[in-house]
Amino acid sequence: MDAHTTAGPAPAVATYPISLRINGEQRQCEVEAWVTLLDLLRERLGLSGTKKGCDHGQCGACTVLVGGKRINACLTLAVMQNGKEVVTVEGLADGGQLHPLQQAFIDHDAFQCGYCTPGQLCSAVGLMREGEARTVAEVRELMSGNVCRCGAYPQIIAAVTQVMGLAEHKDNPDRPYLPGTVPA
Amino acid sequence: MNPVTFHAPQAHAEALRLAARDGAAYIAGGTNLIDLMKEGVMRPASLVDINSLPLDTIAPTEQGGLLLGATARNADTAYHPLVRSGYPLLSAAILAGASPQIRNMASDGGNLLQRTRCHYFYDIAVPCNKRVPGSGCSAIGGLTRQHAILGASEHCIATHPSDMCVALAALGAVVHASSEQGERRIDFTDFHRLPGANPERDNTLLPGELITAIELPPAGQFAAHSAYLKLRDRASYAFALVSVAAALDIGPDGTVRAARVALGGVAHKPWRVPAAEDALLGKQPASAAFEACAELLLAGARGHGQNDFKIPMARRAVVRALGQAAAGTIDNMHAAPASAGKEPL
Ligand SMILES: Cc1cc2nc3c(=O)[nH]c(=O)nc-3n(C[C@H](O)[C@H](O)[C@H](O)COP(=O)(O)OP(=O)(O)OC[C@H]3O[C@@H](n4cnc5c(N)ncnc54)[C@H](O)[C@@H]3O)c2cc1C
Ligand code: SF4
Ligand code: FES
Ligand code: FES
Repeated sequence: MDAHTTAGPAPAVATYPISLRINGEQRQCEVEAWVTLLDLLRERLGLSGTKKGCDHGQCGACTVLVGGKRINACLTLAVMQNGKEVVTVEGLADGGQLHPLQQAFIDHDAFQCGYCTPGQLCSAVGLMREGEARTVAEVRELMSGNVCRCGAYPQIIAAVTQVMGLAEHKDNPDRPYLPGTVPA
Repeated sequence: MNPVTFHAPQAHAEALRLAARDGAAYIAGGTNLIDLMKEGVMRPASLVDINSLPLDTIAPTEQGGLLLGATARNADTAYHPLVRSGYPLLSAAILAGASPQIRNMASDGGNLLQRTRCHYFYDIAVPCNKRVPGSGCSAIGGLTRQHAILGASEHCIATHPSDMCVALAALGAVVHASSEQGERRIDFTDFHRLPGANPERDNTLLPGELITAIELPPAGQFAAHSAYLKLRDRASYAFALVSVAAALDIGPDGTVRAARVALGGVAHKPWRVPAAEDALLGKQPASAAFEACAELLLAGARGHGQNDFKIPMARRAVVRALGQAAAGTIDNMHAAPASAGKEPL
């Protein structure tokens, strides 16, 4: 990709033209190489639904979907995602209609301060698309990249498993918990 | 982050040329490099994004093995049908690492090159021989809970943090690398290095050299009897204190025909001791043989105070992982086999 060198006072800083489709809308931006996708969304595009918790990939608050896959927006550069399709928490609802997960989070009281919630929601959408979780224990393991400091985990798991139709299932008795192996 | 320029070459030769320049670094998933750039630990002048190169395929080799492209994602690798069926140990190890979000970005090549999680390495205010050669090691005499018990030197006691690499070491993988000087293959046991007097060098890759793929030997031998056991401070999403990749080939007479055991979280590289594996050959897969194996694997282990507990923990983890492997593969994705539980797990 070719850099543009911005005119103006020295030292000139190279910027890169990128184009992203964000929540269905095509957006063009000029970014320095070191701008993360998270900072682009929050600081430059005003999409503050996606949260910055740790900024180091450790909490999951910044989870968004890129090309349908959940990733940490804090650990990728905006310029690396040029041409991609991004969905943030602002893009989950269908017009006025909440995403079933959003409604389930409300029904199960699955948030306290709500700070981790956008990341939890995007992560759960990604988890459902991946199709690898079949038991409650697997949902719990595959949601472990999202840390909630209020400890709303039981309600979050209840909300996600309900939308997945797993709510009636207890942990799989054919699959005993083996500490140290993953998922349980 | 430091100011940096960005390149996304479309061709292999251009990537090698760009990477040969001073201060250049490849970037794949970015999950380790961006983290370290934010801390000021790594300060590349230019980034060479290798995601446009055709290096993301996973395909069988003519020898009956499997070739994992360098930019194949950790999640895609772990869930790939050929990895699941032929190398369940690799699947299990990858899924024990990081989080789903990180595994969706992290590449197979980048996983091999992730740097230590030693907290002094991350703290640019304190000495660290790995970060600034010759400055000293702050871990020695400091907080050592996560540090090495094997293969360390007086210059560095850091551990390699990867889970995937522990399974790759046990499976006998080969790294394919490419530079302007040509292509070469590096046996996994020779890929990472012990710290010695040069802990700043994690591995035997040359400057600017590109990992293009990781080759797995023919599948099947260990598919029925393998387990990856990871012990850590919480149940998920934490680096290993100690991990074990155990793989057995059990013959029709019920004795061990071939064995591989590698330890993670204990050294600067995945730890294998051929004599410990040989000690299992021809034996019944049961506790006595497993304990003898563990003893040989941990020979010469030395703690640094806070991590002394890792020595008995690793010994017991080896015995348990071998017991799990003997009982039937734990691939972490399907119901445990009916035979699981017949041995004490
Ligand atoms: C919060 C957190 C928790 C984690 N937990 C775990 C865990 O439990 N277990 C575990 O194993 N890992 C864990 N990881 C680490 C993660 O697996 C690695 O960061 C990831 O595998 C690195 O891959 P990448 O493609 O993102 O590498 P990048 O960050 O893109 O690159 C890493 C390094 O490799 C170089 N590089 C990349 N590709 C190539 C190539 N093809 N050839 C030559 N050089 C190359 C880069 O220049 C850089 O120096 C964790 C990471 C985070 C952030
Ligand atoms: S153990 Fe190694 S990485 Fe950690 S401070 Fe010492 S030299 Fe640095
Ligand atoms: S802000 Fe990205 S994981 Fe915490
Ligand atoms: S609801 Fe407060 S951090 Fe999760």
